[in-house]
Amino acid sequence: MLPTLFNENKCRVGVGVGIQNQKFSISIAGVGGSSTPVQKKAEESNTTTLTPSLLSSSVAFLTLLEVVRTTASIMGSEAQKVFDAKDASSMLMELRGTFETGKTKSYEWRVSQLKSMLKMTEDCEKEIVDALHSDLSKSELESFVYEIAMLRSSLTLTLKELNRWMMSEKVKSTITTFPSSAEIVSEPLGVVLVISAWNYPFLLSLDPVVGAIAAGNAVVLKPSEIAPATSSVLAKVLGEYMDSSAIKVVEGAVPETSALLEQKWDKICYTGNGRVGRIILAAAAKHLTPVLLELGGKCPVVVDSDINIKVTTRRIIVGKWGCNNGQACIAPDHIITTKDYAPKLVDALKLELEKFYGKDPLNSEDLSRVVNSNHFSRLTKLLDDDKVSGKIVHGGQRDKTNLRIAPTILLDVPEDSRIMSEEIFGPLLPILTVDKIEDSFHMINSKEKPLAAYLFTNKKKLKEQFVRNVCAGGLLINDIALHLAVPTLPFGGVGESGMGSYHGKFSFDAFSHKKAVLYRSFAGDAPARYPPYSPGKLRLLKALLSGSIFGIIRALLGWSKA
Amino acid sequence: MLFIAGISSSLDTMSGLSINNNLFALHCRVGAGPASVDRALRNRFANNSTAPLQKHQTHLSFPYHHRYWRLLCSQPCSATLTLMAEEEKKTSDIERASLLVKELRECFDSGKTRSYQWRVTQLKSIAKMVEEREEDIVTALLKDLSKPEMETFVSEISMTKGSCKLALKELNHWMMPEKVKTSMSTFPSSAEIVSEPLGVVLVISTWNYPFLLSLDPVIGAIASGNAVVLKPSEIAPATSSLLAKLLEEYVDNSAIRVVEGAIPETSALLEQKWDKIFYTGSKRVGRIVMAAAAKHLTPVILELGGKNPAVVDSNVNLQVAARRIIAGKWGCNNGQACIAPDYIITTIDFAPKLIDALRSELKEFFGEEPMESKDISRIVNLYHFTRLKNLMEEDKVFQKIVVGGQIDQNQLKIAPAILLDIPEDSQIMEEEIFGPLLPIITVENLKDSFAVINSRPKPLAAYFFTDNEKLKKDFVENISAGGIVFNDTIVHVTVSTLPFGGVGESGMGSYHGKFSFDAFSHKKAVLYRSFKGDSSTRYPPYTPGKQRFLKSFLNGDILGAIFALVGWS
Repeated sequence: MLPTLFNENKCRVGVGVGIQNQKFSISIAGVGGSSTPVQKKAEESNTTTLTPSLLSSSVAFLTLLEVVRTTASIMGSEAQKVFDAKDASSMLMELRGTFETGKTKSYEWRVSQLKSMLKMTEDCEKEIVDALHSDLSKSELESFVYEIAMLRSSLTLTLKELNRWMMSEKVKSTITTFPSSAEIVSEPLGVVLVISAWNYPFLLSLDPVVGAIAAGNAVVLKPSEIAPATSSVLAKVLGEYMDSSAIKVVEGAVPETSALLEQKWDKICYTGNGRVGRIILAAAAKHLTPVLLELGGKCPVVVDSDINIKVTTRRIIVGKWGCNNGQACIAPDHIITTKDYAPKLVDALKLELEKFYGKDPLNSEDLSRVVNSNHFSRLTKLLDDDKVSGKIVHGGQRDKTNLRIAPTILLDVPEDSRIMSEEIFGPLLPILTVDKIEDSFHMINSKEKPLAAYLFTNKKKLKEQFVRNVCAGGLLINDIALHLAVPTLPFGGVGESGMGSYHGKFSFDAFSHKKAVLYRSFAGDAPARYPPYSPGKLRLLKALLSGSIFGIIRALLGWSKA
Repeated sequence: MLFIAGISSSLDTMSGLSINNNLFALHCRVGAGPASVDRALRNRFANNSTAPLQKHQTHLSFPYHHRYWRLLCSQPCSATLTLMAEEEKKTSDIERASLLVKELRECFDSGKTRSYQWRVTQLKSIAKMVEEREEDIVTALLKDLSKPEMETFVSEISMTKGSCKLALKELNHWMMPEKVKTSMSTFPSSAEIVSEPLGVVLVISTWNYPFLLSLDPVIGAIASGNAVVLKPSEIAPATSSLLAKLLEEYVDNSAIRVVEGAIPETSALLEQKWDKIFYTGSKRVGRIVMAAAAKHLTPVILELGGKNPAVVDSNVNLQVAARRIIAGKWGCNNGQACIAPDYIITTIDFAPKLIDALRSELKEFFGEEPMESKDISRIVNLYHFTRLKNLMEEDKVFQKIVVGGQIDQNQLKIAPAILLDIPEDSQIMEEEIFGPLLPIITVENLKDSFAVINSRPKPLAAYFFTDNEKLKKDFVENISAGGIVFNDTIVHVTVSTLPFGGVGESGMGSYHGKFSFDAFSHKKAVLYRSFKGDSSTRYPPYTPGKQRFLKSFLNGDILGAIFALVGWS
């Protein structure tokens, strides 16, 4: 529990700025550090416009502060106001109350919320772009295309299709239940929790929320504290634009997330890494809560030699460095190509990289920075690994102050190096070589299943083999990352890259229960179903169930004789 | 340790005494089938595992060495020796389980199970097995549960056969990739969703329909091309051992195995990394299974139970309603079914009429002496017998019995019992009954039943007998349950076009028909692009012109896009 991870006590409840401080409770976190944050918060409380309830909570707060200070001086610990399990539980109760009124189930409510969110993306575009720039130095175009426009198209699609998605699906019923009719009814699960990630902090927060709302659920969003500006914008704008009796934002880090995870949710959607994914799944197990996990993986790109090399390299570059500088769950992690072709590919990549980001990529406006110093040092360690440092064929420049690493290509790194055993999630791109391109399949399948696998080729047969043999969340032939823009395709991992999927109607389904409904009438009641079970009944049923008409007739005759 | 203890204590309350009787070893059933192709493989396995197997068998001379047994006795561990033997056994169980998974994974990796031919062959074999060994199956179920032949035939044998047949008929169709439309932003492109097997999956089944609930998920797993391990319930020992024997004989043992056993074996299996775990049983164990799966990020399907309500309106065909309730409750393994009605809700006025009808139909079905009827299953074991007896004999409850309630401990039989107006806070209304007791709760207004149902955890099934169309609509809108049936009970499980599965406390995920295939498949998204039509707006450097164009384009503003293009060029 690193104090830096807590990001200055972010634990606001984003239902509107006015009530934030009321929601605070105080607990003493047993971590090292000064008590400065406490004083800062105390000042905040004092300067807040004092409504009576706020006043009383501020008084209580100050009284407690003394205790805290004493304790802190004894223990040398830092006191923190934490959104704790009690707050989480009362928030959940409120949301459950809302859900039970049936409000969120109505088509009108869902549509009004989705429209409101759409309006928010228009009204607050600048704020969002600024926040993303502050968190990740994300370029405006990237923010617009991958975060805002993607969310808008998800909203537009949902608004257009929602009526149809909500309709129950009539299905055929079988002869054993004749006469009857059957349908599958989609119903909301209840109150759901969305925990999102920092790399696409806007899209990955709101896209699942769109699904949750579309399916008629009440929802709590916990944005990532590692993208604090976006987190706070989300809390603010959702507080303003959405119905806060059913849609809430909880900001915070480990303690807040733990408090949320102690509660019983009807579904949890988590985007992030496998380590936390396991924690979430274990927490969910206690309450039998189903979970959707969107994790990552080492996404491979297989490059054949018969390709349009210019288009290929451009697409790889834009999928790797043009996607948040490699900090994307579907960004290419490494390339696999043939020994002969590798030099050509490296040259082409170098050429296009320079065209895109200039001679001095560290200063390019079009590249995101590395999110924070933790990740920066993780990435530089990967590069400085003895087995790897000599393999850099392009890039490798870094700027610690600005948290920037230039697009870096490595050739023929050993399989057992650190960079090949963990997800890179940054601007480093190793190229592995094989004798025959088909050997890449085995290479991919010997690792954990990735979220995406890419192949560049013109050979039909190779494409077929790739689709048949390579296991991954999704496959994309001759391009990078674009499959997530196709809402008719489910987006989600398999194995270590996650479970469950969303996007388009799959989002709606992810937050719905598919209720089986069978309608029978009182007519046509067959006594053969009921005891006492005579041998004749058994004969008849056997014949009926094995579909033998003669058998049925024989049994019926035999039976009526009996 | 903690984990094993967790399983022990929960399984122990759940399965109780029957585990004591269980002397099962972990039988890794390997390639002993008629097919000699598997012989080599079996030998390899034999070489690897003969020693631990023998060691394990010596441990079997300590039939009561399970940890739960000591917990039950609540004595400090008197025998360090036992503890050591236990630890050793645990280790060897885990080793064996790990070896088993490794072998199956190798088999899966060979690609064998993916082929359509392999899947079809296995499914046909299962269908053949059910056909040929019907008598053995009936006998095993008679032994485990005194299940009447007719019930076994209808709800276990023919359901299994039906599943096989449907899968065989539709498999080709299910396996085909689904073409989907692509969007403008990826033009030109084509897309499809490819169903691929998950890998090696584990099916842990239960004792109440020990044949069907074991094989039905296995059929799904095979249909979608997985290697599979089945762990049948030790509480139905005859069926468990029959399944082990039959699957060894009929299917490809390099990819389909049965592991018999109880807590230690299950724990050893749960330590392994599976690609999916399918569990049918109780909530308590469901939580354990899911927690174990969390360590490996394994997705789970949990088929649990719940207190299934049956709401009865006063405008119904009383005879038919009563018969269908009886068939769904006592005609389904004497109430020991996850979808059996748990309690009835009706109006105060209608309750006496309903009880009379139930009483007279019960007599018609099971005679004056239901304890003597051959058409009703017994209670599975003494633990459950005692549990049910205690539910019935609770102070507030006992005097509420209006029909039946006779018990016979020697034969583990309890006669169909109906209880009227028992208090909401009695134990029988707290837990899933899972037996032949049927409480009737009365409400002033039938609509009040909705609140009664919704105040409890979501059940696996909810039944409603009525002719009132408005009420039907309200029921569907307001009642959350795995499935809903109007004017009948339990028959929705036979409709393969409906997903079968719970929600909330009654489970997660669903199966049956194509849903079984989907449950064990990964839906792989595949997008095909060509090198043509590459647009340079996608690429850096991001000039203001590119931004203008992209914004207009993505906002669907054609004029804007044109302007941007013109201004840009």
